[in-house]
Amino acid sequence: MNLKELATIDAGLAPGHRLCPGCGAAIIANIVQRVARAKGYELVVANATGCLEVATTIYPYTSWRIPWIHNAFENAAATISGVESAYKVLKKKGRVKKDNIRFVVFGGDGGSYDIGLQSMSGAFERRHKFLYIVYDNEAYMNTGIQRSSATPLGAWTTTTPIGSAHRGKEVERKDLTMIAVAHRLPYVAQASIAFLPDLVRKIEKALDVDGPSFINILSTCPRGWYFDPADTLKVARMAVETNFWPLFEVVNGRFILNYEPKERKPITEWIKLQGRYKHLWEDTPQNREIIARIQRDIDERFNYIKRLASLHE
Amino acid sequence: MKQKRIGLTGAHAAALAMKQINPDVVAAYPITPQTPIMERFAEYVANGKVDTELIRVESEHSAMSACIGSSAAGARTMTATSANGLALMTEIVYIAPSYRLPIVMNLVNRALSGPINIHCDHSDAMLVRDSGWVMLFSENAQEVYDNNFIALRTAEDSRVLLPVMINQDGFITSHSLETLEVGEDKEMHEFVGEYNPRYSLLDTDNPHTLGPLDLYDYYFEHKRQQAEAMMHADRVIREYMKQYSELVNRPIDVVEPYRLDDAEFVYVAMNSTAGTLRVVVDMLRDKGVRAGLLKIRLYRPFPWRDVKSLLGDKHKIVVLDRALSPGATGGALYQDVRSSLYGLSTPIVAGYVYGLGGREFTEEQGLRIYEELRDLDDNEPFQRFMGVRE
Amino acid sequence: MSNEKGWKELPIGGRILNPGNSKEFKTGDWRSKKPVVDKSKCTGCLLCRLYCPENAIHIDKDGKISIDYDHCKGCGICSSVCPVKAIKMEEEK
Repeated sequence: MNLKELATIDAGLAPGHRLCPGCGAAIIANIVQRVARAKGYELVVANATGCLEVATTIYPYTSWRIPWIHNAFENAAATISGVESAYKVLKKKGRVKKDNIRFVVFGGDGGSYDIGLQSMSGAFERRHKFLYIVYDNEAYMNTGIQRSSATPLGAWTTTTPIGSAHRGKEVERKDLTMIAVAHRLPYVAQASIAFLPDLVRKIEKALDVDGPSFINILSTCPRGWYFDPADTLKVARMAVETNFWPLFEVVNGRFILNYEPKERKPITEWIKLQGRYKHLWEDTPQNREIIARIQRDIDERFNYIKRLASLHE
Repeated sequence: MKQKRIGLTGAHAAALAMKQINPDVVAAYPITPQTPIMERFAEYVANGKVDTELIRVESEHSAMSACIGSSAAGARTMTATSANGLALMTEIVYIAPSYRLPIVMNLVNRALSGPINIHCDHSDAMLVRDSGWVMLFSENAQEVYDNNFIALRTAEDSRVLLPVMINQDGFITSHSLETLEVGEDKEMHEFVGEYNPRYSLLDTDNPHTLGPLDLYDYYFEHKRQQAEAMMHADRVIREYMKQYSELVNRPIDVVEPYRLDDAEFVYVAMNSTAGTLRVVVDMLRDKGVRAGLLKIRLYRPFPWRDVKSLLGDKHKIVVLDRALSPGATGGALYQDVRSSLYGLSTPIVAGYVYGLGGREFTEEQGLRIYEELRDLDDNEPFQRFMGVRE
Repeated sequence: MSNEKGWKELPIGGRILNPGNSKEFKTGDWRSKKPVVDKSKCTGCLLCRLYCPENAIHIDKDGKISIDYDHCKGCGICSSVCPVKAIKMEEEK
């Protein structure tokens, strides 16, 4: 899909929403809607409670120009299950005519990795035809930057503060993309807003498959990660160049690694861009130890995906 | 209308009603004692007797969540649950009426944990009595069956647009075989007709936003609308009860008096206990006691005017609650009845909690209540217990 | 609050029936820095428009872009992605 043509399409959030300047979730929501429109699909969206939901629908205003429902925090996937089932039966009965309607969930990491995990898993297992998009900003940003199971090792949040006894998050993050893979979906992917052609292609594919699909998109958060919003794409790109956020897709169980940096950048390059890691910036034995552990974790995860991809080469 | 007399359990009566309604979507999760409803309905689906899309969700929370999605998409939607299942979905049970979605749920009443118990009481229903659902109670399988059709019409009426819940006693009603009169599929379906939703998420040409962040400047107004819809439900449900009553040629009303006209000592109860109390009333009458019974069939909206006009001149009233409201001025039904009669000088209104966790309610207990209260002359809101070992 | 609609006038269930009406809510005053487009440099590649979180970049008749200052929050992403450096961030006065 030609990016310039995509940009001319008038779809996505209406201006006037209350997301923070430079919000990654807004970029993601806009691109998904543009791609769908370009493909001739009409979307119905279920949105889990979170930044995107709250900031785009402050009554009496809505930024959505397509049918949209918010039910609660942990049940966006179950909600879309109901919408999609209604579509199936009403279409069969001839009460709904269109066959270009597609269903999308937008959930943050809190609504997907944590409280909504069961609902998402259930909807995947039942094979509802919908696309689950995670905008993963790695913490509960909407309630004020509390840690989630997507918060990376070492990061500061308001519930993993930097103190004399404990410094930031002390455990590694959950890998939700691999949990989605375990459901043997027809399409699973991990993507980045800094790699636009890759992201667009993945959204297209995910909307086309017959069955549930899942895309986990790292959603840069200037407010919660403490960086200048103008650096959004620099930060997003660095996540990929350090292998912190590998770009890959799993098509009917087959792993494909979409990008491997020629020279993997050390994780310190990622850490030094964000204030949430500020306590790790000083070169001390304690910090060297934690950074080594972060590096080891990232390398292990990346190599694991690479090995899985090599099985299918 | 032609009807036939058949034997069914309360659960299977609910399933049959659901089959005849033929909803677009049913989302449910198994829980004792609701399971036979869903098992029977799944058989209808498996044999192509209904067109329903049955979503076998992974939890009750997802059951109600999927129902909301489905109903918001303009599909006629039903579900069923019990006790802890209802407790798990309670967050979403509140959302259904606030979004004005006409979902119909069969609730097979069972005690809430803990300790865990699978038998009947009404603690599950009382947990959600302020959620904004219209609530019907059913004495037996016949009422379960009838209430389903009345519930659906009421829920979908444009003056109401609220979800409706049909209660029946776990095991006592749900698993007991009784005879009841049922109509033909075609005629029963004709009674409910087709559902024409005012809004649908699938109407992509007229997109709307459902479930926005509603703060101090509008939330109250939306709640006020909801309260108004519940007031309309009081009138609308009577219309459908009347229509349905004429169709099946059986008297049906929001409350049901028994030997009440000249009664001085009146029992008030809901669900299957009303059947036991009818026998108790007869026994007392045989002894020369002017006893009577008022069965409450519609619990929300509470038919306070009916209660007031039927009980206002009685001497002594005893309200039986099958759920505990610890620390309150009596059980939930007791509070409603007592409030309905407030300001009237005559009645003494006493309350009993009975039958928790499936403890059997016997005629002997019913008679003992009369013995205990015969000489009572104060009107304190004192919570009494019947059927518990001292 | 007293000028707002009463409960009888609102659509039921908290529904919003005016899609995209958030446009009526201006977020331009959030801005501390302002993107300024140098039309002579702009090639109309529209990458900025694709990335703008606010959807606050218009395509003009000449195929080049202009900023919707009523809504632009001044995040600076447009300026950072512009391949020809046609958008400068200036201090808001």
